[in-house]
Amino acid sequence: MRPAVALAGLVVALVASAMLGVLAGAVAVDPRDVLAALIGRADAPTAAIILELRLPRVIAAALVGGALGVAGALLQGLLRNPLADPYVTGTSAGAALGSVAAVAAGGPALLTPLAAFVGALGSVAVIWRLARIGGRTTVLTVLLAGIVISSFAGAGVTLLIVASDRLSLRLRAVLDVLVGGVTSRGSAELVVAAAIVAIATVLALALARRLDAYAFGEETAATLGVDTEDTTRSVLVVTALLTGAAVALAGLVSFVGLVIPHALRPLVGARHVVLVPACLLGGATALVLADLGARIALAPAELPVGVITGLVGAPFFLLVLARSARSGA
Amino acid sequence: MRVTAHALVAGYGTRDVLEGIDLTIGPGLCAFIGPNGAGKSTLIRALAGLIAPRSGRVELDGVDLRAMSRGAIARRLAVVPQVFDTLFPFTVREIVALGRTARLRAFAGPGDTDRQAIGRAIELLDLGHLARRRIDTLSGGERQRAVLAMALAQEADVLLLDEPTVHLDPAHQRATLALVRDLARRNGIAAAAVLHDLNLASAMAERIVIVDGGRIVADGPPAVVLTQDSVERVFGEGLLVLEDRLPPAIVPRA
Repeated sequence: MRPAVALAGLVVALVASAMLGVLAGAVAVDPRDVLAALIGRADAPTAAIILELRLPRVIAAALVGGALGVAGALLQGLLRNPLADPYVTGTSAGAALGSVAAVAAGGPALLTPLAAFVGALGSVAVIWRLARIGGRTTVLTVLLAGIVISSFAGAGVTLLIVASDRLSLRLRAVLDVLVGGVTSRGSAELVVAAAIVAIATVLALALARRLDAYAFGEETAATLGVDTEDTTRSVLVVTALLTGAAVALAGLVSFVGLVIPHALRPLVGARHVVLVPACLLGGATALVLADLGARIALAPAELPVGVITGLVGAPFFLLVLARSARSGA
Repeated sequence: MRVTAHALVAGYGTRDVLEGIDLTIGPGLCAFIGPNGAGKSTLIRALAGLIAPRSGRVELDGVDLRAMSRGAIARRLAVVPQVFDTLFPFTVREIVALGRTARLRAFAGPGDTDRQAIGRAIELLDLGHLARRRIDTLSGGERQRAVLAMALAQEADVLLLDEPTVHLDPAHQRATLALVRDLARRNGIAAAAVLHDLNLASAMAERIVIVDGGRIVADGPPAVVLTQDSVERVFGEGLLVLEDRLPPAIVPRA
C-alpha cells in the first residue's frame, strides 16, 4: 500500500473512532445532542457529559495510545528487538514511580509529567546499558531487565504508599497510575501532554532516517554515517518523553507500544518516517476504541483501559515471543 | 584515495587483537587472508574507525579518522558488513537507499543524484527484479547482494568487505568479486576484502595480505605471496600450493 493512502486511512480510522468514543457511553445521548454540545448549544447536563467527561477522555486516550505507539516503534527500531515496548522494558514502570513520587511530594500537577519523564529516562537508560553488554542484544536480556526494573519500580511505589501520609489519603490517584486508566483529566493536563507528544513526534520524525540505518545493527548504522552515540541518546530521550507523558496521563497501559508497530509494519512498511506517524494514529485509534470498550463492557461500571490492553496485548506478546524464539533471536 | 594504518594496535577489552599493523590500501582489490582469529575482521573494523586504536592511527588520505565525523567518513569509506539479517520488512530498494544516509538532511528526501546512485547500485548487482521485494523474503545470497548494493550506493572511494561471499554459490562468489575488482579498477576505488577461499583470493585480488596473530606476515601479488612456504606457515601442512599455475592454485592434500 502507498504510505500516503495508508496514513490517510489511519486518519479516517482515528476520526471515526473518536466520534464513536464521544457518541457512545454509559448514558445514551442522542447524536444530535452530542453535536449540539460540541458547538456549545446543549443543555447543561448533556454538555457536562460530553464536554467534561467523554471528550477529555477520548482526547486523553488518543494522546496516550499515540505516545505509546510511537515509543514502541522507536524502542523496537533502536534495540532491534521485536518485543521492545515501554511497558515490557520497564520504562513505563519507571515513569509510574516518578508519577507516584510527584503525587507523594504534593507538587503542582504539572510536576507529574516531568517526574514521569525522569523515571522513564532512568529505566530506559538502564535497559540500553544492559542491552549493549557483549555487543549483541538478545531478546531475553531486554525482557529480563524489564522485569527487574518493573519489580524495582513497583517496590519503590509500595514504599512510597506506605511511607507517605499524603499518598494514603490519595490511594485512588495511585491506583489510577498502577492499573492504567484514562479517567477524566483536566484540560491543563491534556494541553501539557498534547504539547509533549507533538514535540516528541516531530523529534522522532527527525530521527527516522537515522533509525532506519539501524536495520543491520548499530555498527552498520555507524558505517552508513550515523553518529550512533548521539542518535541513541536522542531516541532514548524521545522515548522517555512519550512514555512519561502517557504514564502521567493514564498510568500503566500495557502492550500498546508492542502491538501497534507490529500491526502496522506489514501495512506501511518499515521506514520510520512513515511508521512513526502511522503508529501515532494507529495507537491513538486503538486506545480510543479500547477505552470505549472499557466504558461499555460492564456499564455502568467502568474498567480501567489497562485491563483491556492487557487482555488483548498479552496473548499477542506470547505470539511474537514464540515467533522470535523459533527464528532463534 | 587511500586508507593507511600506522603502527596500529587495537583490540577488545584488555586483549590486543592487532599488534602493530602498518598498511596502506590504495586503488585496486586487496584480499585479507589468514586463519580464524588472526584479526582480519578486527582490521576491517579498525580501518573503518569502528574501534578506536589503542595506539597508532588510521588515516583516510592523511586525515586521522578520529578527527572526522561518522558522516564525513561514510561519504568516503563504505563497509559491507557480515550481518545482513534485519528484523523489519524493508524492501530491497529501501535497504540500498540506506547507503545514502550520510548525504541526506534530516527532513529532506533523496534527490536526483541519490536516486541515480541507488538505481546504479541496484543495476550493478542485478537486483532490479527484486527491488520491491521485502528483504526478509529473499535468500541469503540475494540479501548479501542487497547489502553490497547498499554499500555501493554510498559511492565511497574506499570499500571494505568483511567476508562478502560466505553465503554465495561459487558462480556468484566469483561474479561479486569480479564486480568489486572491476569497480575498483575503473573508478580507482581502494577495496579490501576478508576472504576465506584462497583460490578466490588468488584469482580475483591484485594484492594479498596475509594476517596472522594480529600482524601482517606477507603482502604482495598472489604469485609472490601464495607460496607453499607461506601458506604452510599460516595454515599448516594440509594445503598444497600449485605454484606453477598463474595465479597460484591451492588444493587440500588428500
